[in-house]
Amino acid sequence: MNPGSVLLEIKGLRATVATDAKKEILKGLDLSVRAGEVHAIMGPNGSGKSTLAAVLAGHPAYTVTAGTVTYHGKDLLEMAPEERAREGVFLAFQYPVAIRGITNSYFLRSALNAIRKHRGQEELDPLDFLSVLETKLKQIGWDDSFLNRAVNDGFSGGEKKRNEILQMAVLEPTLAVLDETDSGLDIDALKTVAEAVNALRRPDTATVVVTHYQRLLNYIVPDRVHVLAGGQIVKSGGKELALELEEKGYVGV
Amino acid sequence: MNWLTELRERGAARFAEVGFPTTRQEAWRFTDVRPVAEASFGKGVSRWTVDANGAQGLLIGDLTRAGDVAQAHLGRYADLTANPFTALATAFLDEVQVVSIPARTEVATPIRLSHRLDGTGVVMGTPRVLIVLGDQARATVIETHEDSGDRASLSNSVTEIVLGNGATLDYVRVQREGMRASHIATTQSHQGRDSVLRSTSIALGAGLSRHDLGAVLAGTGASLTLNGLSVVSGRQHVDYHTTIDHAQPHCESHELFNGVFDQHARGVFNGRIIVRPGAQRTDSKQTNNNLLLSGEARADSQPQLEIYADDVKCTHGATLGPLDATALFYLESRGLSPQTAKSLLTYGFAADVLTRIAVAPVRDDLDRVIRGRLGVETLAAA
Repeated sequence: MNPGSVLLEIKGLRATVATDAKKEILKGLDLSVRAGEVHAIMGPNGSGKSTLAAVLAGHPAYTVTAGTVTYHGKDLLEMAPEERAREGVFLAFQYPVAIRGITNSYFLRSALNAIRKHRGQEELDPLDFLSVLETKLKQIGWDDSFLNRAVNDGFSGGEKKRNEILQMAVLEPTLAVLDETDSGLDIDALKTVAEAVNALRRPDTATVVVTHYQRLLNYIVPDRVHVLAGGQIVKSGGKELALELEEKGYVGV
Repeated sequence: MNWLTELRERGAARFAEVGFPTTRQEAWRFTDVRPVAEASFGKGVSRWTVDANGAQGLLIGDLTRAGDVAQAHLGRYADLTANPFTALATAFLDEVQVVSIPARTEVATPIRLSHRLDGTGVVMGTPRVLIVLGDQARATVIETHEDSGDRASLSNSVTEIVLGNGATLDYVRVQREGMRASHIATTQSHQGRDSVLRSTSIALGAGLSRHDLGAVLAGTGASLTLNGLSVVSGRQHVDYHTTIDHAQPHCESHELFNGVFDQHARGVFNGRIIVRPGAQRTDSKQTNNNLLLSGEARADSQPQLEIYADDVKCTHGATLGPLDATALFYLESRGLSPQTAKSLLTYGFAADVLTRIAVAPVRDDLDRVIRGRLGVETLAAA
């Protein structure tokens, strides 16, 4: 993907809760993200921010009823969740799931190998994987303390969020969607996570940051800021829009 | 040996009195043993393989070598009146595998006892094990009940475990008999002061299996880990009844039983915890998780807490249901196929019990077996 070309194009996206077709959450959403960019999606609680993130990853809890999502020129909505991941879409969960009995390192290697296989690359054995992991940890400046613990099991809120970013570092997504990665983090943890995300930025990838607060955007500086309300993007602007929102609140803009 | 004849006679008398249990009895409500009660069994031959890996200073043997230890302990813990099958097994008591570790002796390598039922036609066997650890002794014992081939059989097994003061035993029992076999087992342990018993019972085989695990914390400060794992499918039925008896103060018990039930398999868990009057500062935790991989699989879970002391901490919890949809999506969102995600989550559920086994080579062996069952590739530490 060339820097500057459109990576993600969402047009007229409508989605309902899968178990309740009358409960429409996304009501005709448009968004265009270019390679190399960071976009922030802000909005009040219940506006549909997390639903947008979940729909992009293919979460079965939501049904898309109208609109298109084109990713890399392909129809993203046609793809199963694992195909999206293999094609480079990554969702950092707001509430990462604990998987008992499976170590983080095994999980990461399984995921990376599934993606490598899809790309036609050789799968990594445990030793090769370890060296990839060490490189990544060095890149984001973290230690390996939670690699041999079960995935997110007994992790603190901050550790879970860091673990999502570690997965992102290892899986090298083309499009990363961070769903309220800042929630529940103290300022030091927030900085650590933001620094890691910044270290992973590349001109051929893009990041969509979903957040309720402007705070994170002091550290991950967005190219574009969008306000999501009532299931639609109601306003878009540069990074200064985030500051304006912080000052005036969502009602003021 | 008069004491032995007398023990057999007591077993026979008790069984003659009560006969086979029926589903009208509370303890057997979910487990119908009619297929066993109505079959006629010939006398089977117990084939034991015993491997102590050349460990010195312990006594492993049968009644001729270990008669004194056997006389002192055999039949004193497994209550004939608690379970008709214990009475039946005692009536037919034949050979006994005795593992006796003298006081203050540490046996580093695992002692492996492996049983296979032999004989002609439909046979019953009564494999009997007695494990006695003297004060401050330490050992690991692995008791395995192997597949005896594709034929109807009944293994009616009784194991008694006696831990002296300050003794530590890691005990793993694996049942992987054939699908036409019935496996009925009693494991009864008795712990002295400050002793530690870490017990894991694994049920993979047998069409019908029932395992009653009883543990008495008979000395202050004793600690018990009573874990179990069932991985069954087809029309397998597995029933675990556990009874933890906190008879003395300052003891702790941690119980975790996980069951994986696929196809038409059926699981029963009954976890009884008794805290006797005066058993203050008891710390007891019981967890039973049941994973149902098909709509036809079924599991019943019953905690049974009887607390007669007032300064205690007792918790229990049970879960029952299919794999968590959010967890499946989480794995898929990282590029894993739905099938891989399912196997991995199921493995993780089983591994939650396996990873608690302290003895690495034993844990790794079982890990391989379980992975084979669930179709999960090598989990070599990355």
